[in-house]
Amino acid sequence: MSGLPGLAAIWSRRKIPLSWLLLTRQPARLAVALAGISFAGILMFMQFGFRDGLFDASITVHKLFDTDLVLISPRSSSSVSMAGFPRRRLVQTLADPDVAGITPVHWNLVLWRNPKDLSTRSILALGFEPGDPLFTDPGLAAKAKVLNQRGRVLFDELSRPEFGPVAEWFREGRTVESEIGGKRVRVGGLVALGVSFGADGNILTSSETYQQLLPNTPPGSIEVGLIRLRPGSDPAVVIKRLKDSLPKDVNVLTKQGFMDFEKDYWRNSTAIGFIFTLGAAMGFIVGCVIVYQILYSDVSDHLPEYATLMAMGYRLPTLLGVVAREGLLLALLGYLPAYAAGQGLYSLVRSATRLPVYMDTPRAVLVFSLILVMCMGSAGMAMRRLGDADPAEIF
Amino acid sequence: MVEVEGLCHWYGSSEMRRQVLQQVNLTIQPGEVVLLTGPSGCGKTTLLTLVGALRQVQQGHVRVLGQDLNGSSRRQRQQLRQRIGMIFQGHNLLRCLSAEQNVQMGSDLLPNLGYRARRDQAREWLRAVGLGDHLDKLPHGLSGGQKQRVAIARALAAHPRLLLADEPTAALDKQSGREVVDLLKRLAREQHCAVLMVTHDPRILDVADRLVQMEDGRLIAAPVPEPEPAL
Repeated sequence: MSGLPGLAAIWSRRKIPLSWLLLTRQPARLAVALAGISFAGILMFMQFGFRDGLFDASITVHKLFDTDLVLISPRSSSSVSMAGFPRRRLVQTLADPDVAGITPVHWNLVLWRNPKDLSTRSILALGFEPGDPLFTDPGLAAKAKVLNQRGRVLFDELSRPEFGPVAEWFREGRTVESEIGGKRVRVGGLVALGVSFGADGNILTSSETYQQLLPNTPPGSIEVGLIRLRPGSDPAVVIKRLKDSLPKDVNVLTKQGFMDFEKDYWRNSTAIGFIFTLGAAMGFIVGCVIVYQILYSDVSDHLPEYATLMAMGYRLPTLLGVVAREGLLLALLGYLPAYAAGQGLYSLVRSATRLPVYMDTPRAVLVFSLILVMCMGSAGMAMRRLGDADPAEIF
Repeated sequence: MVEVEGLCHWYGSSEMRRQVLQQVNLTIQPGEVVLLTGPSGCGKTTLLTLVGALRQVQQGHVRVLGQDLNGSSRRQRQQLRQRIGMIFQGHNLLRCLSAEQNVQMGSDLLPNLGYRARRDQAREWLRAVGLGDHLDKLPHGLSGGQKQRVAIARALAAHPRLLLADEPTAALDKQSGREVVDLLKRLAREQHCAVLMVTHDPRILDVADRLVQMEDGRLIAAPVPEPEPAL
């Protein structure tokens, strides 16, 4: 309660809220300014959202693996072009005292035939031993049992609808069969993984079935090796040991490193990051121009009034503060609708593209900071006009 | 209150330099109402801006409210202006503020007063100029005379000891012009506030305690006319 008298004193020292009145008593100008700022904010939200959503979407499946370290071939460049390496490299890691368990994983894109309209589309197929742990989701082990039968797959119900109404039919109790690479497969269950940037859908199958579907896979070759460590072991130390002991035909990564490897591919080897960052920059610049125009014309229109205030004995910094507060108010008032519209558009994007685009705090803060910089920067530029207010000229 | 001695002022530089004030001497006593008349361009307004601490003094000696303006800094002049009330030819009210808020822009300059006290003072002043019913009106909803009365209330709200007015009746008809200067004089008297008013308007010269005429940058004393006989 000790703060209350202080607050009361500050409250009692308040003056006419000139910035607020300047803005609100010109509703048309305020509406244009807020529309401009909100538009810029929405544009930035969308561009950053798409960019981050696409990068996050690239590791939808990566995130699910139950693993500490990952073995991949150095020739692999991304999830859409995984190269094989000898399975025995993964087995060799068992010699390390800290390695608790391994799971060899086959990983490739295959052509899935839509059981309804018979069109084909590329889908990500993961092959593993049904008894091995694959994902952190504990429900998978029970579902995986069905894969012990040859020709069965688990279908990702979050796959894009272009793969056919597989999940609906399966739930209705129908037998859903399809073709992969000319081989018949039957859907033995549903899992929920999610689409990624490189794959519009996913299926899980046993190593045995996988070998049948992709007969060109060299025997004993896998694309991903999962390594689980004993509790309490230091992954960095184990990685170093494994790197020293294994030949150079494999790369050892942490799970995070595996996810970064995938994200870096999309970030660096494609124009996505550049395009969307550029889009956000355009929004920022458009917003700057609008706010600057609004504030500059506002200061110009009121120049005689500012000069009058200076003649009355108001200090120039006080008047600069009025313009600065106008900028601050514009930023706050313009951000709120942008935030609300961003939320709405994100949910629209999620339902239309199944990309994991969410309003996360860092992005909300980033866009707010950019809007703040935009408004305060423009206010700073508009302030220079105040220097032209000469109280001696108003008589 | 105001002491001006040997004041000279020039506009422009080098060959374009033009002298507008030549050896001006003027003293204003506390509470005195001084009217300054003369043809356009004779330097009246320049003198007003120099006394009002709106311009730097070039040559001569100006002392206002006990402060020397020779070689004064921007900050000193700004602080001095807080103690000088100014009324302009146009009303120069802030368009986005109501009458009450405009007057409070004046009383907001008073230190150590709470918001409520300053607001109440602003209302008090508007009542004093006869606008108690128009507190919340924006300037565009007021007539010319009413706006000028708001401007007077605003100038007086900062408790000035000196009031400078530049042709306050120029934009007003005869009757409202008369009302405005009478009001100005009455309130200034009540506040013991000295007034220096520049005017062209021959109809209001009789409010002056002293009339000063200016010609080509020099001051000439002139007799105060008798009040017009009431019609």
